[in-house]
Amino acid sequence: MEHGSFSDQSKSTFSLVDEDHTFANSVRFTLNQDPRVTFVGYSIPHPSDNRVNIRVQTTGDPAREVLKDGCQELMLMCQHVRSTFDKAVSDFKIKAAKTKTVDEDSDDDMDSE
Amino acid sequence: MEDTKYKNGDALDFIMNMSSVPSKLPENLELLRTRVLCNNDAPQHTDTIQYSGAYAALGVDNSLRLDNFCKNFKVEVKKLTDEIIEFDMIGIDPALANAFRRILIADVPTMAIERVYIANNTSLIQDEVLAHRLGLVPINADPRLFEYPENAGDEKNEKNTIVFKLHVRCPNKIGQPRITVKSGELKWLPNGSELLGENRKPNAGSQTSFSCSQDSIPQFSDNPPRPQYSDIILAKLGAGQEIELEVHAVKGIGKTHAKWSPVATAWYRMLPEVVLLKDVEDELAEELKNKCPQNVFDIEDFGSGKRRATVKNPRDCTLCRECIRGGKDWEDRVALRRVKDHFIFTIESTGALPPEALFTEAVKILEEKCERVITELS
Ligand code: SF4
Repeated sequence: MEHGSFSDQSKSTFSLVDEDHTFANSVRFTLNQDPRVTFVGYSIPHPSDNRVNIRVQTTGDPAREVLKDGCQELMLMCQHVRSTFDKAVSDFKIKAAKTKTVDEDSDDDMDSE
Repeated sequence: MEDTKYKNGDALDFIMNMSSVPSKLPENLELLRTRVLCNNDAPQHTDTIQYSGAYAALGVDNSLRLDNFCKNFKVEVKKLTDEIIEFDMIGIDPALANAFRRILIADVPTMAIERVYIANNTSLIQDEVLAHRLGLVPINADPRLFEYPENAGDEKNEKNTIVFKLHVRCPNKIGQPRITVKSGELKWLPNGSELLGENRKPNAGSQTSFSCSQDSIPQFSDNPPRPQYSDIILAKLGAGQEIELEVHAVKGIGKTHAKWSPVATAWYRMLPEVVLLKDVEDELAEELKNKCPQNVFDIEDFGSGKRRATVKNPRDCTLCRECIRGGKDWEDRVALRRVKDHFIFTIESTGALPPEALFTEAVKILEEKCERVITELS
């Protein structure tokens, strides 16, 4: 849900249900790094209320679009993290398997000799 | 193809190296940006500088460029077993590292025992305490094969419920020792509940309404759902006592109850950096080496009886700050720092999923959250 004015779309507060620090802090991070953003912050009005308010003020672009771009950016970062991580894990597994087979091979050599 | 790539890179390098575009911060600011200084009294410069215009006055752009992130981000796996993964995540902001940690603990689903139907319990342990103990038993079943119970409108079918039965009796004989009931006694019922339902409908004779046996799910043929550990003590029975019950495990997340958390715990710490600002020699070197409980320092002999302290394994530093205690002198000799964007991440799985799969799931969940917000906003 968006709370803002119709005449000036560059400042808005977005109220997201079922989200918490996990998402709000990450998106605050990506938005902070966006040069179009002059202010971004979030608050959780009440701990037993399952919602978070994210305030976005920009240099002129509609806040809604900038927030969407921030989410998009975050998503791309996540995708990169995931592919890098998967690659690191499979590399590690291959390396571990190799050292294991090398050990076994040397054992075999010993046996045959 | 390769060539054009090079050319583009060169062009970018050329622009970045032009004197009117200072791309680097002065060394002192760079230090404060990338390191936490762990001083004797308190850590300093603990913030990360996120705002894109933070260094605008110096002509340095602090905005995030995705290609920059992709270039600098690195993962190095250090240790991987069935239960634990330890890896280094380099070049990422704490905001994201912490999001992954929070998701691992509270948002990645697993299967856990949610309902316990007790037919008979004459043991010393009360029904509700026994039920709670059962709930905390980690279940080895891939949660990705199941649905959340809310999706089925409270119908308990083969897609959202795993049923186990437990029936143990201690014989009523004189001289019979007490027996221990362990989690291994939980027997999987692939055809669903064997207890009669409360409101008996014609075709729903039992508590669950399975339309087919879970036996037929291929992933279960060689790896049937079972408690991850078969030696968790649930109760003890004296002579003549008996427990008979049935439990239903469903999918859930750690936010609802900790029993659904897929990790024993997940944590990270920043890479410690120990720097000797001055040469520390002879007796002082000896003293420094003995001060550190983690054996971070080593002594190097360099001929003619001279010895000098070196930093051997800064990674082991716990930041106890023992080495900079003992006066201003020591603070001037040793600098303790932490690297702000280098995280040593450890995940301990409870067993349902291997730890590396848990991290991948966690990142996917953050992606889903983004997607949800984007669709909500459009
Ligand atoms: S802070 Fe503690 S663990 Fe780290 S180097 Fe100093 S004495 Fe060793």
